[in-house]
Amino acid sequence: MAAVKETVQSVAELERYKHGFVTEIEQELAPKGLSAETVRYISAQKNEPEWMLQWRLEAFERWQALEQPHWARVDFPEIDYQDAYYYAAPKTKAGPKSLDEVDPELLATYEKLGIPLKEQAVLAGVEGAPRYAVDAVFDSVSVVTTFKKELAEAGVIFCSMSEAIREHPELVRQYLGSVVPVSDNFFACLNSAVFSDGSFVYVPPGVRCPMELSTYFRINAAESGQFERTLIIADKGAYVSYLEGCTAPMRDENQMHAAVVELVALEDAEIKYSTVQNWYPGDAEGKGGIYNFVTKRADCRGDRSKVSWTQVETGSAITWKYPSCVLRGEGSSGEFYSIAITNNRQQADTGTKMIHLGANTRSRIISKGISAGHSSNTYRGLVSAHPKAKGARNFTQCDSLLIGKDCGAHTTPYIEARNASAKFEHEATTTRLSEDQLFYAMQRGLSQEEAVQLLVNGFVKDVLQELPMEFAVEAQKLVAISLEGSVG
Amino acid sequence: MLSIENLHVSVADKPILKGLSLAVPSGEVHAVMGPNGAGKSTLSYALAGRPGYEVTAGSATLNGDDLTALDPSERAAKGVFLSFQYPTEIPGVPALTFIRTALNAQRKARGEGEIAAPDFLRLARAKAGELKIDFEMLKRPLNVGFSGGEKKRMEILQMAMLAPKLAILDETDSGLDIDALRIVSEGVNAMRGPDCSMLVITHYQRLLDYIRPDKVHVLAAGRIVASGGPELALQLEREGYDKYVAKTEGVPA
Repeated sequence: MAAVKETVQSVAELERYKHGFVTEIEQELAPKGLSAETVRYISAQKNEPEWMLQWRLEAFERWQALEQPHWARVDFPEIDYQDAYYYAAPKTKAGPKSLDEVDPELLATYEKLGIPLKEQAVLAGVEGAPRYAVDAVFDSVSVVTTFKKELAEAGVIFCSMSEAIREHPELVRQYLGSVVPVSDNFFACLNSAVFSDGSFVYVPPGVRCPMELSTYFRINAAESGQFERTLIIADKGAYVSYLEGCTAPMRDENQMHAAVVELVALEDAEIKYSTVQNWYPGDAEGKGGIYNFVTKRADCRGDRSKVSWTQVETGSAITWKYPSCVLRGEGSSGEFYSIAITNNRQQADTGTKMIHLGANTRSRIISKGISAGHSSNTYRGLVSAHPKAKGARNFTQCDSLLIGKDCGAHTTPYIEARNASAKFEHEATTTRLSEDQLFYAMQRGLSQEEAVQLLVNGFVKDVLQELPMEFAVEAQKLVAISLEGSVG
Repeated sequence: MLSIENLHVSVADKPILKGLSLAVPSGEVHAVMGPNGAGKSTLSYALAGRPGYEVTAGSATLNGDDLTALDPSERAAKGVFLSFQYPTEIPGVPALTFIRTALNAQRKARGEGEIAAPDFLRLARAKAGELKIDFEMLKRPLNVGFSGGEKKRMEILQMAMLAPKLAILDETDSGLDIDALRIVSEGVNAMRGPDCSMLVITHYQRLLDYIRPDKVHVLAAGRIVASGGPELALQLEREGYDKYVAKTEGVPA
């Protein structure tokens, strides 16, 4: 299988964390710490309208009354929220109009990451290769969005959130915070106050977005947090597939990433959202790494709408993330496919919520957790059916794979059926990567590393095949790299 | 040529093989028979390099290469193949993918290029046909939900695809009905050739009606206690292992 070969090669070629470099670039930082002044500073930096500033200030007010949640199975020192920068931007002319105006250092960074920002380069690529439009977010701001013209012709709006606030205020005001309310939770509330940038997508009624959309998030600045905000709206009968990738330099201190992603699917619309998360996980002793506190939620607002989350989580020191679906529309459906890998001292508490509100709603959860080293990996999920959700159906499968003897896997499902016609199925397994399987594969000629990869790839296959092709290959590489040195 | 001299193997510090010597020239098929607990499976695992099977003395070489110094995948690349008594299930990995990955890993270790996809598929189709394996089955995860007989056929298919220099068949007849036994044996017989030494480990004579050995050895209490031609197997079938078990009692480790 080509992908296995690819995996093996990539492991040989790559160092442990190839995205660990720092880009030397002049940057604009907000004053350290968090106050109403910081919020005003950020809003002013972005030339935001008054309503946006007020929205932020309100969020900040509410945030001050909230407490950081402690229920997740993750352990980390108290965070001093005053000891961080809440806004970092590369110093360039405001809003580059074209690639020529973007700092060459930045372009070099994305080139190093293998992300095509030059449309010509993409177009000149392999014949028949799928094209995808990219929005690149560097620290707090979006630096460039590609293929805008072609998308505009189809009526699709794909731009940075800052631009959307200026250019499409009516859409932003209508939908921002409508899926994840300002004070939904501590981290979402913090994000609402200080979010810097992110992507905005609007697909008009009946339009099938002509290409994959993707955003690459990069944290570069030291001691800074990244708080991006993404809003995707698929109007009636629209379809869009969206991918996000994340990387950060290796730094000894922890950096915070608290994003909010809101998806809105109207009648008969479909959104497919895929994530390959590879934030710096910290070193083997658990020093450094990203704290990833993310709120992702989809509102299947329209009848027969459909949202599918696929995530490959390999990075971050701490992951706290539950991409969810509110199945409001009649006959709407939600899917969650997840691979979460923890190695060394990483801790992940991740899963999903499927809230069945409408009749005949369906959901499907396939979660594959892999723990190695001294890591801890928890699946936490909620499936609930409300009284009106007649005939709601859910199928959940949670599989955990343990590699080595010092790691932990935990499954914490919450199931609430408040009407008798709901049908929920839950299957869970925990297995250890068996010596028998390893020996069997090695007897046939695979090295230990190759054997682990083959077996792990087999374990996660159900989820990998949900990813768009080119991301599946990338994800497969990541799986291999994340587990390097985990056996033997 | 497989050459084993004075091999001592311990499992969890318990000596199991106690000075086993055996030579299987290339092109020959030797059967190793013996009672339960004699060390038959230990011999096959020790030759394949399974972790936990510690060689404490003696040697095992294949065509001059010291096997005991190599890890299991290196031995495989040198041509060691073990047909498992209980083949392991490999969830999520289609049989074809597994075999191709293994074949290419061996070729790479030997400094050969990868096999071209069409060549591989042609080979797989031909060999599967010979073993009466439905090609569609090769697209399913290896051994997952396969019957005992299907698993054994899949072992022989892998052997045919990997073309080993030393083929060890560990109790390949167990769990096979008579038709499957015939098909598997035909597959094994097709592998006989001047470059391959075969070691057929079995408890019963039955398999040897189909795979005619050049020599038969009796393994008891960790050593080869008798060797002879095919007639020895028939004699064992009639008389049982009692006299060998009795003979080895009190032999010091």
